[in-house]
Formats: sequence, C-alpha cells, structure tokens
Amino acid sequence: MAVDLNMNVLIVDDYQTMLRILRNLLRQLNFKNIDEASDGSEALKKLRAKSFGLVISDWNMEPMTGIQLLREVRADEKLKHIPFVMITAESKSENVIAAKEAGVSNYIVKPFNAETLKGKLTSVLGEF
Amino acid sequence: MATDSVDPELAARLQELGKDPGGTVKVDEVAEVVEAILATMQGDLSAVDVKLYEELESLSRFISEAKTDIAALRPDEVKDEFIPKAADELDAIVDATAEATNSIMDAVGEIEAVMSKLKGKNADKLMDATTKIYEACGFQDITGQRITKVVGALQHIEEKVDALLTAFGDEISKYKAANPKAEEPPVEEELPADEDLLHGPQMKEEAMSQDDIDALLASFD
Repeated sequence: MAVDLNMNVLIVDDYQTMLRILRNLLRQLNFKNIDEASDGSEALKKLRAKSFGLVISDWNMEPMTGIQLLREVRADEKLKHIPFVMITAESKSENVIAAKEAGVSNYIVKPFNAETLKGKLTSVLGEF
Repeated sequence: MATDSVDPELAARLQELGKDPGGTVKVDEVAEVVEAILATMQGDLSAVDVKLYEELESLSRFISEAKTDIAALRPDEVKDEFIPKAADELDAIVDATAEATNSIMDAVGEIEAVMSKLKGKNADKLMDATTKIYEACGFQDITGQRITKVVGALQHIEEKVDALLTAFGDEISKYKAANPKAEEPPVEEELPADEDLLHGPQMKEEAMSQDDIDALLASFD
C-alpha cells in the first residue's frame, strides 16, 4: 500500500529547531500537509479539530509530555487509530517499554537520520 | 531515651531536635548541645565517663574546626556568583547553537529553492546534501536537552549549598568580617598578565560590539 502523501501529519516538539528539521525532512519525503504543535496539549487540541493521518511526537515536553499525549490519543475513540511515532532522546529500555505499552506505533531515538525516519514511517504507513 | 538525670533544658532541646529526624540541624545547635552535655558531666566520673567526655570534647573540637574550614570555602560565593554564572553560560550556549542552526537551515532553504529548478543527478546530489545538513542540525536539540540536565544539576547543588548556608547561620558572615578580601591592586598603570586576558566568549550584555571596539581602537589614533 502506497503512503497517502496528502494526509495531514502533526509533528510535536518543544524545540522549534527540531520542528523545522522534521518539517524539512518530511517535505523531502513529499508529505504535503504538515502541521506543528509545541506540546501534548496543543497537539491534542489540533487532533480533535482536524483529521490527521500521522502523529510524530517528542517525549520530553511541558505541560503535556509525549507519552501523556499518546495515552490520550489511544483513549479517544475518534483518535485511537492514528499511527503515532515517538521521536525522542529518551533511549532507556523502560521508556521504550512504556511507550509500547501505551500503544506507540514506532519509536525513533534522537539523533536520527532521514533513512531511519523513512524506514520507520514505511513500517507504519506502507511503501513510499 | 532516659532523660531523668539530664538537665531539663537540655532534655527539652534534645527532644525538640528528635522530632524531625530527617531535617537539618544548625551546626551551632549541635555544638551547643555537645557543650551542654559536657557542662552537665560534673562530680565523680568513672573511667567510662571520662572516655565519653574526651570523645565529646573531641567531637566539639572537630565541629568547630569543620565550621571554620567550610566557612573558609565561602559557600555563599558558590551560591551567589559561581553557580548563577555557570547557568548563564550554559543558557548562552543553547541560544547560540539555536541561532546558528536556524541560520544554517535558512541557507539550506535557499539552496532548496535553487534545487527545485534543477533536474537529474545534480538535483539528487543537492537533495542528499541538504538532507544530511538537516540530520546534522539535530545536534542542537540533543545539546539543548543535555545542557538543560546540567542546569538542573546546578540548581540541585545550589539548593544543597543554600541548606548548608542556613545550617551555618551567621558563621559565614562572621568569617567574612574576620577575613576581609585583600584590596585589588590598582591596575591603571600595569598591563594585565596574559592569563588574566583569557576570559573566553562574553555574554551578550557584557560583550563589546564591533562598533564599540572600532571606537576604542580609533581612540588610540
């Protein structure tokens, strides 16, 4: 199944630089519609206001962290099927396990490269 | 604890201190309690009493010397000057790397605008190169997070030093009064030594601008 490059993608990170990096890398993968949020609560508002096909989120943010956002998404009937990829510097196994238990679709450790991003998105969304 | 034979005032004090087993006790209070115990040890003393007396006296002396040694380390300076300065420097690193990263990405954006008009191998090569630049720019995020952790550690140290200062009461100010800093020698007629010129990068608000430097240089003409 080919990836729908017209889907709305929400990227969530409190570092503006990382949002910009992600946006550019996703644009190079030909995603057309990329939206941003700087923490989990802002992301949740956007997710409830518009239809998204993918969430890519950092973990360590305030006031709502990435894992809290993931739990909120998975607990919401309308949102729970959205693929959710965590991109974070939190690389301890306990973090990965907690994310998996919360229903993460894939997990990328920072620093990452474009190839890793594309590979993980392929495993979640299908071939580009 | 049996306190029948102990001075009532001392017993009350010990009970008061015992109410908060995990709390902080001022060093002065410890010394006063030890001294009070010593003062109550009057009359016929057994060999065990004498040994205990000696140990307590030694403990009292040790506390007194430790107080002086720690006061000489000037923990107030660590809290008021060194830790805030270090935290400011670390914040400046985060700001500077963020600014540089955004400048790099602005430049890459301009390259991409030109790239969009190209086709074939050259366009592919440029795309690969710009992708690698974006990947490398991720260092700023990691650097920022690591530095934030260090700033958190500094704040923790600051809290501990603050607790130390509280425990010492006016011991530090007494030490400062007894040991005033030597007056800085006048430097007007002496050039600073080379090592005194190694300040490293300045904080923005402390740094001279290029215009300031040009004006200073021009003042020699």
